[in-house]
Amino acid sequence: MTTTIANHRTRPPAQPATLRARRLPRYAPPAIALAALLVAAAVVYGTGIGGPVLVVVVAALLYLAGLFAASNAVEGRRSARNRTWSALIHSAFVLAVLPLASVVWTLVSKGVERLDGDFFNTSMNNIGARDPNGGAYHAIVGTLEQVGIAALITVPLGILCAIYVVEYGRGRFAFAIRFFVDVMTGIPSIVSGLFVLAFWVLVVSPVFNDGRPGFSGFAAALALSVLMLPTVVRSTEEMLRLVPAPLREGAYALGVPKWKTILRVVLPTALPGIVTGVMLAVARAAGETAPVLLVAGGGAAINFNPFENNQSSLALFVYQQAGDASKYAPARAWTAALTLVALVLILTVAAKLLARRNRLGR
Amino acid sequence: MAKRIDASNVTAYYGAFKAIEDINLTVEPKTVTALIGPSGCGKSTFLRSINRMHEVLPGARVEGDLTIDGQNIYDRDVDVTAVRRMIGMVFQRPNPFPTMSIFENVVAGLRLNGLRKKSILDEAAERALRSANLWDEVKDRLGKPGAGLSGGQQQRLCIARTIAVEPQVVLMDEPCSALDPISTLAIEDLMFQLKDKFTIIIVTHNMQQAARVSDRTAFFSIEKTGDPGRLIEYDNTQKIFSNPSQKKTEDYITGRFG
Repeated sequence: MTTTIANHRTRPPAQPATLRARRLPRYAPPAIALAALLVAAAVVYGTGIGGPVLVVVVAALLYLAGLFAASNAVEGRRSARNRTWSALIHSAFVLAVLPLASVVWTLVSKGVERLDGDFFNTSMNNIGARDPNGGAYHAIVGTLEQVGIAALITVPLGILCAIYVVEYGRGRFAFAIRFFVDVMTGIPSIVSGLFVLAFWVLVVSPVFNDGRPGFSGFAAALALSVLMLPTVVRSTEEMLRLVPAPLREGAYALGVPKWKTILRVVLPTALPGIVTGVMLAVARAAGETAPVLLVAGGGAAINFNPFENNQSSLALFVYQQAGDASKYAPARAWTAALTLVALVLILTVAAKLLARRNRLGR
Repeated sequence: MAKRIDASNVTAYYGAFKAIEDINLTVEPKTVTALIGPSGCGKSTFLRSINRMHEVLPGARVEGDLTIDGQNIYDRDVDVTAVRRMIGMVFQRPNPFPTMSIFENVVAGLRLNGLRKKSILDEAAERALRSANLWDEVKDRLGKPGAGLSGGQQQRLCIARTIAVEPQVVLMDEPCSALDPISTLAIEDLMFQLKDKFTIIIVTHNMQQAARVSDRTAFFSIEKTGDPGRLIEYDNTQKIFSNPSQKKTEDYITGRFG
């Protein structure tokens, strides 16, 4: 007796007689969406409780409910759940992309006003509050030099550190390094700026500078390095760990020494991922304002020398122009922001293309 | 070229776990030796300790003596890379280097060890690919990625890569277990040819394969899970498969155990 009950309870659901099932017609989901939109508009505008945003929100909820009900009635519960969850996931994607699209649109629409030759060819030197022209040449130079130097410092250091942690590090020392890299990830940029201010600008650089504190683009690069290093180390570490052990063993079995295996087999395999990590770090560094303000000091004139005197950067330029009293300043700020985003985008695309060239995509 | 291998009292550990204990066996030059036994009996561990690949894993170590033509490869002053150049290895799953072309894969061992001359590399690549019965299939696409080949071709590519560095011993760790019967046959044929030049040791779960390809067979087994693997019987393949002297061996090859 008990066995039959047990059997009954654990029996799988009855097999359907046919593999075919009724499906919602293809026009149904868009029709439901349209109906939801109309109903939402009627309700919201009829009662006068809100504007277009509320219409879209209400319509989305109505659409989800309507889709579930229609699908549940025609296709059954599993399909209804499937459709509703798919719709939810798609909405989440739209929600995530909206801010990005909005940022890009705002930047382009407001930045295009000063997107002229003058902007890329002149600095803010001798530009007064009544001058409509003036440009970000000095800031672009500053950003490129500071981020470039920071990348020169962090990329080799970060990759070597990650190689140590993944391939060589054993025991407490490696554990400590990983722990402190994690801690470094959380350092606020202003703190790294203060660190460089206290350590480099006020204490070390006066030795080379006749006792005067040396605000410079290089100091900014140092502060940015502190911010970039943990990102580079962590992402490289993850990428190196993803390289399958059999690849390393395959190289060892050919009598290839470990260092050469890492250099010629492991690193090339992980390269695209490492490049992505480096570009994330570069993007973060290029957008930092506080450390540059603290240790490079800003400045309106073009200064090509990163080791001496004040330098500006695009992010700092945006900050300064946005707070400037001149009525021409906001337009310059928008164009500089657009330039910064475009610069990071171009660098990222270029780096990805370079990394792909090494792979055999033919 | 081919060398004689003597293992005496070889014991291997993974951390505190003893995987194999007191393995003693001698492998003659230019023969094929098969290592068979149930899963977890330590045959792969033993194989990997022959070219010092065992110690690659953290915490793994080997005790005892393993001599190649009288030279103990576990002596302190032995260069590990030299050992591995002398004793090549083919793995269970084909592992061509994904960033390299077919040609680069074959000459990887030579190139990464400092050989640069194009003419020598070309010649070595062709020779190795011909020995691996792969030349005709890939000669027109040597610049294409090695990972684009079929599984059987990839495994032959890995064999070509191994023999391109002209080792004296080739270790194979279940080289056919991920392959279809036709590719398996191709690799077994290959072993017959390679036997003229190399000493071959192969780990296999397939007893027909052991019977087909090997001259000598070693049977490994464990008492129970957690015990170290031991060598139960080592003899001519024909004897092992027709008239084994140990009851355990007989049980295993007749399918009553394992």
